[in-house]
Amino acid sequence: MTAEPVPQQTAPKSQTIKSAVVRFAGDSGDGVQILGDQFTSSTASEGNDLATLPDYPAEIRAPAGTVAGVSGFQIQFGSENVHTSGDVPDVLVAMNPAALRRNISELRKGGLLVLNAGAFSAANIDKAGYAANPLEDGSLSEFNVMAIDITRLTNLAVEPAGLGTKDAARCKNFWTLGLTYWLYSRPLDSTLAWIGSKFSGRPDLALANQLALKAGNAYGETSELFHHRYHVPAAKLPPGDYRSITGNTALAWGLIAAAQRSSRQLVLGSYPITPATELLQELSKHSQLGVTTVQAEDEIAAVGVAIGASYTGSIGVTTTSGPGLALKMEAIGLAVTMEVPLVIVDVQRGGPSTGLPTKTEQADLLQAIFGRPGESPVCVLAASTPGNCFDVAIEAARIATKYMTPVIVLSDSTLANGAEPWKLPVLDDLPDLRCHQEPPPKDDFKPYRRDPATLARAWVTPGQKGYEYRIGGLEKDALTGNVSYDPMNHERMTELREAKILGISADIPDAKVESGPASGQLLVVGWGSSYGPIREAVERLNARSIAVSHLHLMHLNPFPRNLGELLTRFEKILVPELNRGQLSQLLAARYRVEVRSYNKMQGRPLTVSEIEEQILAQLED
Amino acid sequence: MDAPTTAQLTKKDFTTNQEPRWCPGCGDYAVLNTVRKVLPELGIPKENFVWVSGIGCSSRFPYYVETFGLHTIHGRALPIATGIRVANPQLSVWVATGDGDALSIGGNHLMHCLRRNVDIKVLLFNNRIYGLTKGQYSPTSELGKVTKTSPSGSIDSPIDPLTLAIGCGATFVARSYDVAGDHLAETLKRAANHRGTAFVEILQNCNVFNDGAFDAITNRATVQDRQLRVEHGRPLRFGPNQSRGLRLNSRTLSLDIVENADDPKHESELFVFDESNPLHAGLLARLSGEGVPTPMGVLHQVRRPTYEARLDEQRSHNASRQYTSLDALFRSGHTWRVD
Repeated sequence: MTAEPVPQQTAPKSQTIKSAVVRFAGDSGDGVQILGDQFTSSTASEGNDLATLPDYPAEIRAPAGTVAGVSGFQIQFGSENVHTSGDVPDVLVAMNPAALRRNISELRKGGLLVLNAGAFSAANIDKAGYAANPLEDGSLSEFNVMAIDITRLTNLAVEPAGLGTKDAARCKNFWTLGLTYWLYSRPLDSTLAWIGSKFSGRPDLALANQLALKAGNAYGETSELFHHRYHVPAAKLPPGDYRSITGNTALAWGLIAAAQRSSRQLVLGSYPITPATELLQELSKHSQLGVTTVQAEDEIAAVGVAIGASYTGSIGVTTTSGPGLALKMEAIGLAVTMEVPLVIVDVQRGGPSTGLPTKTEQADLLQAIFGRPGESPVCVLAASTPGNCFDVAIEAARIATKYMTPVIVLSDSTLANGAEPWKLPVLDDLPDLRCHQEPPPKDDFKPYRRDPATLARAWVTPGQKGYEYRIGGLEKDALTGNVSYDPMNHERMTELREAKILGISADIPDAKVESGPASGQLLVVGWGSSYGPIREAVERLNARSIAVSHLHLMHLNPFPRNLGELLTRFEKILVPELNRGQLSQLLAARYRVEVRSYNKMQGRPLTVSEIEEQILAQLED
Repeated sequence: MDAPTTAQLTKKDFTTNQEPRWCPGCGDYAVLNTVRKVLPELGIPKENFVWVSGIGCSSRFPYYVETFGLHTIHGRALPIATGIRVANPQLSVWVATGDGDALSIGGNHLMHCLRRNVDIKVLLFNNRIYGLTKGQYSPTSELGKVTKTSPSGSIDSPIDPLTLAIGCGATFVARSYDVAGDHLAETLKRAANHRGTAFVEILQNCNVFNDGAFDAITNRATVQDRQLRVEHGRPLRFGPNQSRGLRLNSRTLSLDIVENADDPKHESELFVFDESNPLHAGLLARLSGEGVPTPMGVLHQVRRPTYEARLDEQRSHNASRQYTSLDALFRSGHTWRVD
């Protein structure tokens, strides 16, 4: 084991920087996610803009000390707009050899590497797959290494709390957090208070973690190991009240808000599946806000519950990930032909099959649009940032109820677990979603008579006297809804179902260039969670006077009306996606344009630098 | 909305203008006829009924009953019916399903609906064959059954629907048959009045692909010997003049036939049926074999809170424990102000 670095006798310089990227990594049981959440919370308090990305293994507790069991959390924070969790960490905190091995290749050269030297036992070094101790073999010479025996220092710090060895060792994460706070000139107050309330039932644990936090902080101050400490000034966000929010929380809250703005009950049918489970967990806490949740026996039952509830006049919602969406497809087709509202949320993950349950991908777009038997059109939307998940949930409910149609919302693992500052909305300022409030005239009621503007049928629900009608999955007469095998009627119904969905394009905002010139040489078109990296890459290049533009699509079926025309204003179109080119195919087929794809299938988000590289390559091509 | 009314509803009020498209002679006609007679007698406003079905011959049922109706997809009627009940507990929700729909493709949903005790009336039309696809063996077809997909005889052991339902913790389990008339009507009325999932197996003849499957049980000539009409609190008796009965064999834990049951010296040996005891229901559901009668009627009924009642109870319980405004939820945890 290496000795700790010899303290230097000069006081560290405080340096103001615009932004920083910090990654925490450790064993699944090291409390890395709590560390990350607390660091995020304090970063938000300081007024920084930020974006985070947790990265955890699919196994709940993979064997301790192995690379498979490494859990990570990355945050980028800054005094200007922050769109991503950062390509490359400036600081890596690794709690054991496996965490080092898993992450070191991504640390910026010259970056600060904080290691828990106390975890570098021969056994752990071996478990991580190192042939020799990386602290001693010179392999870390490109980095600014701070190897500190965090285990021992934590044990010393928490002694007054009188914990057993195991509990004492668990306080390492707060010791490390304390040190990181020192590094970024942060106050400890809010975390000390959080620990107090979190462990209110265990005063000994509360005391120990508070002692650990303070000790880590004091170590930064007194050890004189660090040459610099940093200060990231507050960002200039629009005025308002803020909180940090993840995509899954924002989506759940958006669904509640949508139901309230519809004056209807929210009924969620769902079955747990990573990374969508938090939606069910969050919504199950809010029966007082008009939510009923049914944890169904499987994915199909879950969508069935939602369909039954929608038919009965509630906002029926089902939440899932790609494999679950596949199972629900027959039932979604039923909702298409029954013409009832339905919101289906797909938090995408790596596929096919079980694939990469905890990793991100955008490969369900074509499944969402086309993956049902027969001509079965639905509306498809995608969220672009964690906070945007709230808005997309409301837009989905608006379209579903107004047009009596299923709407599939695509989120993904990056958005679901990533966090950003979110300005609290004012409920009364959200769109009024009340529709179908008055039943149609009772005389000569026909279940499939349509509103000429939207082509939607009336949302008549059981209990409404004098409207008793019967429909189902069999093809229906275009007016009465009675079973019809008439060939021309089937063709007409097929066209009506298609026209109804296409008609939504007249009811959504035009596509608009997000950043960069309104016409020119290159347009980067994205959807979903690639918003952050594309936006940042385009802004960086624009700042270097390189003309490139960014368009981001929320409405993927139907597309905005002006999309085809907008695409023609650019010489080249680049579509970066975490799939093999699904939006590319849609754009090329629909608008007959040449699309250049950039595809990545690594279970990780796009990085700013790879998009920049692609843009530059396309401009030169 | 008009006030709900139940006054003067008749069979005609529950008859749609749709011509049933079952084969002539199908047992479904008889069930439909009985259902149309029973519904007006339940005191429930017509607009509060919803009939839900999956896929199969019997699943066409909703088209022929003049209430709200949904003919859904194969096997999934129960989850959809659950969504309807959860969204509006005022509704009287009925599911028409078959042995394939409920026990094969939808088997999982049946199990969970029963254990949750959602207030749904489940009518399982058991004809022991796949009719709509024209004659393949079903989960209730007997071992060795020769069909289009089992030319050498089925090698699948059949499921007993009642035993399954009891095993799932069903709170109401009954059996009747298509042409049982009043017996079916009474059974359906008791199902309608049950709070919770009411599971009714209706033995139904498919005269095209499995004709006579239940003849031995339903034939008028032998009905007294082959049917055991169970009645809560009464000894189990059957046969001409109720001259035969059943007693518990405590060694084999099965029900043995007692001849001359009307003889006072045998009467005390007879097994007194308690419908609230699931073990009684289990013994009866397992009755089978040569010369053994098939139980008919309500085999099991207990009171247990419904799923919807428990949802309601939790909602009240949570009134003081959860956020009651969305704005308060937004402001929960750590927030900060930017000026």
